[in-house]
Amino acid sequence: MANTSTLVKPDRGSILNDPKARSLFYQVVLAAVVIAVFYGAYSNTSRHMADAHIPTGFSFWNAVAGFDINQTLIPYTQLSTYGRAFWVGLVNTLLVAVLGIVLTTIIGFTVGVARLSPNWIVAKVAMVYVEVIRNIPLLLQLLFWYNAVLKPLPAPKQSIQIPGGIFLNNRGIIVPDPQFGAGSGWVGLALLFGIVASFGFYGWASVRQKKTGQQAPVLLVAAALIIGLPLLVFFLLGSPITFEAPVLKGFNFRGGRQIFPELAALLLGLSVYTASFIAEIVRAGIQSVGRGQSEAAHALGLNARQTLRLVVIPQAMRVIIPPLTSQYLNLTKNSSLAVFIGYPDLVAVFAGTVLNQTGAAVQVMAITMAVYLVISLVTSFAMNLFNKRNALVER
Amino acid sequence: MLKFAAGLLGLAFCAGATFAQAGTLDTVKGRGQLICGANTALAGFGIPDSSGNWTGLDVDFCRAVAAAVLGDPTKVKFIPLNAKDRFTALQSGEVDVLSRNSTWTSSRDNQAMLFGPVNFYDGQGFMVRKKQNVSSAKELDGASICVQQGTTTELNLADYFRTNKMKYDSVAFQDEDTVLKAYESGRCDALTTDSSGLYAERLRLTAPDDHMVLPEIISKEPLSPAVRQGDDQWFNIVRWTHYAMLTGEELGVTSKNVDDMMKSENPDIRRLLGVEGDQGKGFGLGNDWAYNIIKKVGNYGEVFDRNVGEGSPLKVKRGINALWNKGGLQYAPPIR
Repeated sequence: MANTSTLVKPDRGSILNDPKARSLFYQVVLAAVVIAVFYGAYSNTSRHMADAHIPTGFSFWNAVAGFDINQTLIPYTQLSTYGRAFWVGLVNTLLVAVLGIVLTTIIGFTVGVARLSPNWIVAKVAMVYVEVIRNIPLLLQLLFWYNAVLKPLPAPKQSIQIPGGIFLNNRGIIVPDPQFGAGSGWVGLALLFGIVASFGFYGWASVRQKKTGQQAPVLLVAAALIIGLPLLVFFLLGSPITFEAPVLKGFNFRGGRQIFPELAALLLGLSVYTASFIAEIVRAGIQSVGRGQSEAAHALGLNARQTLRLVVIPQAMRVIIPPLTSQYLNLTKNSSLAVFIGYPDLVAVFAGTVLNQTGAAVQVMAITMAVYLVISLVTSFAMNLFNKRNALVER
Repeated sequence: MLKFAAGLLGLAFCAGATFAQAGTLDTVKGRGQLICGANTALAGFGIPDSSGNWTGLDVDFCRAVAAAVLGDPTKVKFIPLNAKDRFTALQSGEVDVLSRNSTWTSSRDNQAMLFGPVNFYDGQGFMVRKKQNVSSAKELDGASICVQQGTTTELNLADYFRTNKMKYDSVAFQDEDTVLKAYESGRCDALTTDSSGLYAERLRLTAPDDHMVLPEIISKEPLSPAVRQGDDQWFNIVRWTHYAMLTGEELGVTSKNVDDMMKSENPDIRRLLGVEGDQGKGFGLGNDWAYNIIKKVGNYGEVFDRNVGEGSPLKVKRGINALWNKGGLQYAPPIR
């Protein structure tokens, strides 16, 4: 191969016929057109906004918001700024996205594995789940969870009482509020130590298993370390963490932590819907692992659970992760449907109320879109790292 | 949302066509149709029935503008807008006039809009269930309250509970229907909106008699039609449409007797109906502009009565919406 190129030295000819130059030229032209269009849109918009006396700039960011939000994970009152309202909305969006991703992964993997179950009923139930849920628009499902499932709950005075001081009514779930007294820091420390020690023990156990083939009761030890140790410290210090029970006073419960029905509905709707897609991805991933792999595992004496966990899933993950990432992104973006059921997410609070009160439509929409873009890119980036770690390593 | 995005795009690329350069009047005449931003569904103010016919005080105001400009009150296209998107729709030129029970405030006048004369003086109130035994808004401490997002109502609510040192949970939805449904299903203890809206919403509940409106009015809500800034001629047409309707009522000119009134000797009536003088020409309209409004839509009293007053299910009293010489605030500058 190397010889031919030295033998025939092609005539370079005109630069017009050089494919590299031509492609460079077209790319420069395309880039210039794109920039010109964006610049035109930008200058046109700002000129017309100024002409029409529509607020430009971001001075509204530090103005007092004046409205209230019911679910605020960071301190916020009506005297806070619009900027603060933005963060409240963003945190609420992230909360739903993170909880939703965890929940949908659990449901999706369970259903996906169940679809391949040798048990006929389990497999058919999983199939019906997938076929029904993924073929109904998400917005309808959200409205269903909110109106048909959560709203018929009783009024606060007739709350359903769940053992442990938990109340369920149409205002949500009210759980006792933990009060951290002196010494509760030690309990937290014990928990942290338990988690770290469990990982250490797991590492030691797997090294030993590779060397000697002996298995250690990892799960039992980890449970003792993570649950038992903090509990021991908790009782030794004389129960420093107390729970303030919610009490019905006037219209609603006072005290306690409240999980609003809007959050519950949004979380259920998003997770259940996205899980139907994840289930199919998981099924495809598992089926992509050749039958020979499981047969070989069985021949080696692994039982069905071990085969799935140690042989099939690790190989299936390579197929699963890339499409799984787009489902996570979908879930995050779909969380903006929150506005239809009154959950105060970024779109409802910032692109809704703030936009309306300030009139700064272009700025607010631009910020909101940029935020979703950043969230999606960060999620993609994290999943790509995870994918690299799991990808097939060619030797 | 799609409408909203289209509005933004319009703002970016073709906004020039709708602002300042070409007057709204010429645009409307050229199109042969007025585009009016209306409520999605508020009985008495703007609501379509099952066959798509719109009724309401605000809707009739748009018909009056169409009658004045085009001579035909049916040449209106109503665009239903929720509270959140309404001002963007106006600013971006999607609608010619916004007549959608919107409160006139200074900050809104600072956002590229001009609010015309107040066509309904309103105030914010609360609706609760009778069985809760609440007789005053002061007893709502700790309540969950359903409210529409992006309204002055949402802000007044926050102010009211803060000044009275009470707590509440605000449950905000983007359109009025959802607010009402959430309240009806028990998600909230109280619903808050303008008091006229409360009476209208109460009638839409399955058992209106189980609910009551609390006596407190916690805010001033002057509801006005709004236009874009920078088109003085159009602003004039919109505000004098309302004044013509008021003057009609004041002078006793109704849709029934307007043809007889053309023969009236009263100089005020002659000027209003264009028998004398060139009032309409000054606005860029025909001299029969006010005649068309009153003949084809009615005077303010007639429109009020059939949409929200005694002639409607709402039965709202004229109160402060009566004419100035009958103890109310509705006052038209002279047409001359």
